[in-house]
Amino acid sequence: MSAVMTDAPATGRAPEPMRANRPPKQRKRPFLPIFFWVFLLITLLPIATMVIYSFNDTPTNRITFHWHGFTLYWYQNLTQVQGLPQAFLLSVAIAILSAVISIVLGVPLSMALERYRFFGKSAISATVFADIAAPSIVVGAASLSFFLSTSIPLGFWTVLIVHITFNLAYVVVVIRARLSGTGTQLEQAAGDLGATPWVAFTKVTLPLLVPGMIAAGALALAMSIDDYVITSFVAGPAVTFPLFVYGAAKVGLPPQVLCFGTIIFVIGLLVMLLNGWLTRRGQRMR
Amino acid sequence: MGEFDRARFRGLTESRMSRRSLLRGALAGAGGIAMAATLAGCSIPGAKANAAAQQVDWAAFWKHQKPTRQLNFANWPLYIDQDKGKYPSLQLFTKATGIAVDYQQVIQNNAPFYATVAPQLRAHQDIGYDLVVMTNGWELTEMIDNGFVMQLDHSRLPNFAKYAADTVKNPPYDPGNKHSLTWQTGFTGIAYNKKLAPKKVTGFHDLLDPAFKGRVSMMNDNTELGHAGLLAIGVEPTTSTAADWRRAAAWLKKVQPNVAGYYDQSYIDKIQNGDTWLTQAWSGDVFQAQANGATDLEFVIPAEGQMVWHDNMLIPMQAQNALSALRWMDFYYTPEIAGTVEDWVNYVCPVPAAKDYILHELDDPDVANSPLVFPDAAVDKVTHNFRVFQSYDEYEEWNSIFNPVIQA
Amino acid sequence: MTTLAPRAPALSGAPAPSPGLKNRIRRNPAPYLLALAGGAWLLVLFVIPLISGLAVSLMSGNPQDGYTFTWNWAVYGQLFGPGAATNDWLFLGRAIFYGATATVVTILVGFPMAYFIAFRVKPQWKNALLLLVMLSFLVSFVIRTDMWAFLLSDQGPVLTALRGIHLIGKGFHILGTDAAVIGGMAYNDLAFMVLPIYVALERIDPRLVEASADLYGRRSATFFHTVLPLTRSGIFAGILLVFIDSAGDPVSPSLLGGTHTYTIGQAIQDAYLTNQQYNVAAALSTVLMIVLGVILFAYARIAGTDNIEDLV
Repeated sequence: MSAVMTDAPATGRAPEPMRANRPPKQRKRPFLPIFFWVFLLITLLPIATMVIYSFNDTPTNRITFHWHGFTLYWYQNLTQVQGLPQAFLLSVAIAILSAVISIVLGVPLSMALERYRFFGKSAISATVFADIAAPSIVVGAASLSFFLSTSIPLGFWTVLIVHITFNLAYVVVVIRARLSGTGTQLEQAAGDLGATPWVAFTKVTLPLLVPGMIAAGALALAMSIDDYVITSFVAGPAVTFPLFVYGAAKVGLPPQVLCFGTIIFVIGLLVMLLNGWLTRRGQRMR
Repeated sequence: MGEFDRARFRGLTESRMSRRSLLRGALAGAGGIAMAATLAGCSIPGAKANAAAQQVDWAAFWKHQKPTRQLNFANWPLYIDQDKGKYPSLQLFTKATGIAVDYQQVIQNNAPFYATVAPQLRAHQDIGYDLVVMTNGWELTEMIDNGFVMQLDHSRLPNFAKYAADTVKNPPYDPGNKHSLTWQTGFTGIAYNKKLAPKKVTGFHDLLDPAFKGRVSMMNDNTELGHAGLLAIGVEPTTSTAADWRRAAAWLKKVQPNVAGYYDQSYIDKIQNGDTWLTQAWSGDVFQAQANGATDLEFVIPAEGQMVWHDNMLIPMQAQNALSALRWMDFYYTPEIAGTVEDWVNYVCPVPAAKDYILHELDDPDVANSPLVFPDAAVDKVTHNFRVFQSYDEYEEWNSIFNPVIQA
Repeated sequence: MTTLAPRAPALSGAPAPSPGLKNRIRRNPAPYLLALAGGAWLLVLFVIPLISGLAVSLMSGNPQDGYTFTWNWAVYGQLFGPGAATNDWLFLGRAIFYGATATVVTILVGFPMAYFIAFRVKPQWKNALLLLVMLSFLVSFVIRTDMWAFLLSDQGPVLTALRGIHLIGKGFHILGTDAAVIGGMAYNDLAFMVLPIYVALERIDPRLVEASADLYGRRSATFFHTVLPLTRSGIFAGILLVFIDSAGDPVSPSLLGGTHTYTIGQAIQDAYLTNQQYNVAAALSTVLMIVLGVILFAYARIAGTDNIEDLV
């Protein structure tokens, strides 16, 4: 008979067993921790390599194995590699724009899909699923075929269009999950208190969705900045950061690419840590 | 019991078609047919249509061009003098003319670059570059024939007339240099790592040696690969037939078990890393690698012969800074600037007078006296030119024979 | 499913007649208005391009003369039929093989990692460890793959070290083999497998695990008969994400592969971006889409759901 307190697993987490009830013989089972840490280190190895070699003082413009000495030269000369800063800025611009537009398009669509039944709902739902599940190669190839046969010139706008298209699916999935989690009691309560559907939406639903929108926006940003396959098909002359890196990787990466990668990594890490710290602070204050 | 089973069997296997699903299906089908019918009217325009559409009075065109202070230069990697990220020759140009240069090493191979810019040029768009460099192959022919590049104003190119070598004046692929000036000439031969290779390498036959299993790399450019195959079986490429091409492809297939990969310019990375020991190589790349510390590499003119090609500067139509491009072309064709670039790039210099400059001013006898930078008659004897394709169908046949070698 | 829309009162006895679309919109325009922008975008810029891909595959021509639509179904026979001059069926099979193997590898590596975080770690550290697993996503995936090519090259640090301790011979190389490509794919998609499995493991009611132990089950029996079946949905979601992503990936074979690693993804890219053979490229892409769709459909049947969307 277990004496463990089992509150209803609202968070789905296993409640901590009380110390008195732990079985007396706790065999050390080191396999799993060792396995975990070994593979975790393997996943982090390329990142460590990137960070370390961004400080390598190579005589040429390409990264090499030999350690020539520590230097900040590459960080000080980030703009030296022509095309790289522009590619980076272009990626950031497209990421922000596509995230914002896909949220604007996606939030109403999610509300319609989650809260209503209507003709065409299953079709649209299936289309959103297909948008996520479809392999990038097929989506990129199809988009290129479309732009070619309609003579739309390839470049910034076509890249933006395809980024919005795949971000839309991610946004819809995230927001739908949030909406189904919160339920409609609050909106119904607002209606009971005399609010019109529009007021209920702006004053009740929208504020509730803000964390969801931030999460969806962050996901969209990340997916957009990192996208290589789809972008390579429709970019034409435009060069985004992943496209630049792929092209340079064939001949030998200039160290500034590693610098940019390190910078993005550090910023992302700080944001995640900040987010975690804020969440924990919020939970503690409750 | 039997009745019940039959009923259940029917229920399991029959599809349930309600009126709603029938309606949905019909709607989807009708929509699909409507869309297909619309798309049937769509088509993708070809490149040839562009040529007829453009008739430009070039004399008037150049007269009306205004000088600008910017030049957007697209080139291959490892193709200009570099000094820890800065380009001395371009800096000299900016100092002399006040024109800022945006130098981008975006051309990895002719075919993918052409595939990127052709749709825009077809649509009369500015591709963002005022100067591009392409090899004398089918893609260059297409650029000229389709009216994608400007005609040069030779009245503004006096240095070319004065200093250019005879081999680059009036080439067969661009008579009278109407559209292009040579940037560099180069050789495609073999390079190998003296330290890691088990034996000395003298020609294409060494690629078949099992001692090199998994350590050979070849180029993934159809033209380069195919010509290597033709040389290896002893056929002169400019007069070869489709049957010869098939035999060359068969020879290349025999080499395949030894091949680690078919690379674009990244082959030089792989042989410097030691991943490969023997590779098809461009002469200048190998010399640059040696100058950067890879002293184990050596470039070999294969016993069966080597290929020569010319990379040419072109000005695409709709270029915004055409006059700047012309100024750079003129600025480059002097012994000083061509010599400065050549001392670093180590391909074949189109300006013979640069030899003295390199020997005396830059004090670099290794480069100045190298027959692979300033070739002599002996080298010319074993050098072959690329085959000139007469039509797209011929080029397509060549591709269909050699593509399966690369795409294994 | 709660709905804010007023519904027509159902007539007793007879089913409500399905009203026309116009009537429905008139009665409650809200969902249609809400879904209009997003739905229209998806229709025009996602669905129509997919059809356009099919249409381009039926065109014929060449880059010089242009392509026109001619219902040229023969292109599929030329590419995949018995007399095919190209090896596209081989590239397709290879892509599926790489995708499947990479998926298996991610399961074998990812499940223990997820299990460790879910069951062996104090709750306050769970988020931190998950963050560590996801950390590699903060670096661009092209850079990550290229770093592996950098590390695993023959004169690179890893192989030099292994040669130093005499674990491998002089002729050993990793890059250019199937293993390198599969490893690269598995590495990039590991987090896609760890996360769904972790979520599924977290949902397991610990009382079930205890009950299994109470019934004298050995730990392995508990695992195989209790934990594993309960994580099925997580594993299936992970398989979906990883397989689809790996089968079409052109970057790993390109940066990590060699001669006999050419896949259909690379073939599609080369046909579009190098050779400009748009009809061939579109045909390859359509066939890939159909094959993956069939696999997905069969897989959904095995997973036992009619609506595969529930898995994600």
